[in-house]
Amino acid sequence: MSEPPLIEVEDLNVSFPGRGGLTRAVRGASFSLGRERLGIVGESGSGKSTTGWALLGLVPRPGIVTARRMSLSGTDLLSLGESDWQSLRGRRMSMVMQDPKYSLNPVLRVGRQIQETYRLHHRSSAAEARRHALAMLEAVRIRDADQVFHLYPHQLSGGMGQRVMIAMMLIAEPDLLIADEPTSALDVTVQNQVLRILDDLVTVRGMGLIFISHNLTIVSSFCDRVLVMYGGRIVEECKADELDRAKHPYTRALIRAAPSLASYQPELSVVVRDPEWLA
Amino acid sequence: MIEVSNLAVTFRNGGRPVHAVRGVSFSVAEGETFGIVGESGSGKSTVLKAVAGLCATAGPSLTINGAAMGAKRSKAERRLMQFVFQDPYGSLHPRQTVDDMLREPLLIHGVTGVDAKVAEALADVGLEPQHRFRFPHQLSGGQRQRMAIARALILRPRILLLDEPTSALDVSIQAEILNLLSRLRRGYQLTSILVSHDLAVVAHLCSRIAIMQQGLLVEMLDVESLRRGQAKEAYTLELIAASRGYARAGQVTGSLLPAGKGSDMAGLARAVAVESRPGPSQGSGRD
Repeated sequence: MSEPPLIEVEDLNVSFPGRGGLTRAVRGASFSLGRERLGIVGESGSGKSTTGWALLGLVPRPGIVTARRMSLSGTDLLSLGESDWQSLRGRRMSMVMQDPKYSLNPVLRVGRQIQETYRLHHRSSAAEARRHALAMLEAVRIRDADQVFHLYPHQLSGGMGQRVMIAMMLIAEPDLLIADEPTSALDVTVQNQVLRILDDLVTVRGMGLIFISHNLTIVSSFCDRVLVMYGGRIVEECKADELDRAKHPYTRALIRAAPSLASYQPELSVVVRDPEWLA
Repeated sequence: MIEVSNLAVTFRNGGRPVHAVRGVSFSVAEGETFGIVGESGSGKSTVLKAVAGLCATAGPSLTINGAAMGAKRSKAERRLMQFVFQDPYGSLHPRQTVDDMLREPLLIHGVTGVDAKVAEALADVGLEPQHRFRFPHQLSGGQRQRMAIARALILRPRILLLDEPTSALDVSIQAEILNLLSRLRRGYQLTSILVSHDLAVVAHLCSRIAIMQQGLLVEMLDVESLRRGQAKEAYTLELIAASRGYARAGQVTGSLLPAGKGSDMAGLARAVAVESRPGPSQGSGRD
């Protein structure tokens, strides 16, 4: 007997009504996720973040989400009311945003914010929450957790801030983490440390991870499987280490457009967009 | 063309001195594109600002074309070099049209034939005539950066200073801007300094590359050695390895064993620590 996949999405559509008619941000996306690292790549405006929001029920108004099927470990997500979503978010699934500067409360010490998340999901005393928060900070490799606990977000470096965010998202022990460009604001060496933390959480805890990024190098080296999005559609799905053998012309053009450290091409090839891709 | 010797820049932060750049020396030959790579806080942008005369330096340390540059620059000296910034939206005036912004430098420097020059500058960077009377918010990110490049080049500078010109752009747009920059560089015979955190971008445009860390110039490389990964300094090697992507099995720095008190989170941390040591089950080390 096999357990149902963590996430099953079939024919997901997200659209935003506006003056110029309906803007279709996600068009007919279908995918499933097990306990693995799934990468979503695409350019800005391709609908990759919107897909993440839709999974968390966070598509802002007046966005319209429709799907034939959207479920988390067998639980239907489409019929949920707002309070049902509240009980899933944080506890079952969580999201790490791009920039820690904007996702942390600037006037609260980080320790207090992490503690608050813990107490929201577990009945516990303040002391116990504090102990868990400290342990979590250590788990995301913050060396002097005791000190960081008492800092305000502006006192943290970018990499440190992102770790605090991850700690906060993971303290409720979700089954699914959606990381939306978690490393784009970070330096390359720090980037790899954050990736390692995420990697370990997937392998050790068996968490499912959706990793949204525009960086092909990172996605192909970090994830197990990759979805390539273009104009709201999933144009290609492949194994991450086979990304260089991608078939869709858009994916291939994207790969060729990136300058490479290994070899020099005098003229970078430019992505020529084919309206057929959206047909 | 550009000679920087022992450049030092110190800021004051609440009375405490912050040494942003500590004794950096390099020279850029005529027509060369020189790259500076480093992480945030390494002082790479500050070097560029100091060259442009946008921040005070400790003592004279810059000569351009044999002439020493003082703290205060003359109009002619300012015209000699132009700057392209990272964020194309932040560096354009939101209430001015493309035309206004391209006109202004010409007026300041008393150049004649403004109309023709603006039209030519737009064509040069691949913008259409209909973009001329648009506001920045009506342009896409790539178009904005083209606009910023047009503004920098309209005075026909000899030197172009580029501060992360493509890091706010998508890969496909980045390719267009990089192609544009290499074409213009040939056409205008520009000498330029490119600052970036992206090794691949720097290797694409530059012939020599300086690596900076904490205000110091750690290492100077030519592009061939960079591509082959032949660096001497450990920090440079680390940067090169990191920019090749994520290596599944790697070394963990520092101890992350918490003072476990039986909590499940401490257990997780312990498991993480064990798991992330390079083991036989994992792939090869860093590539």
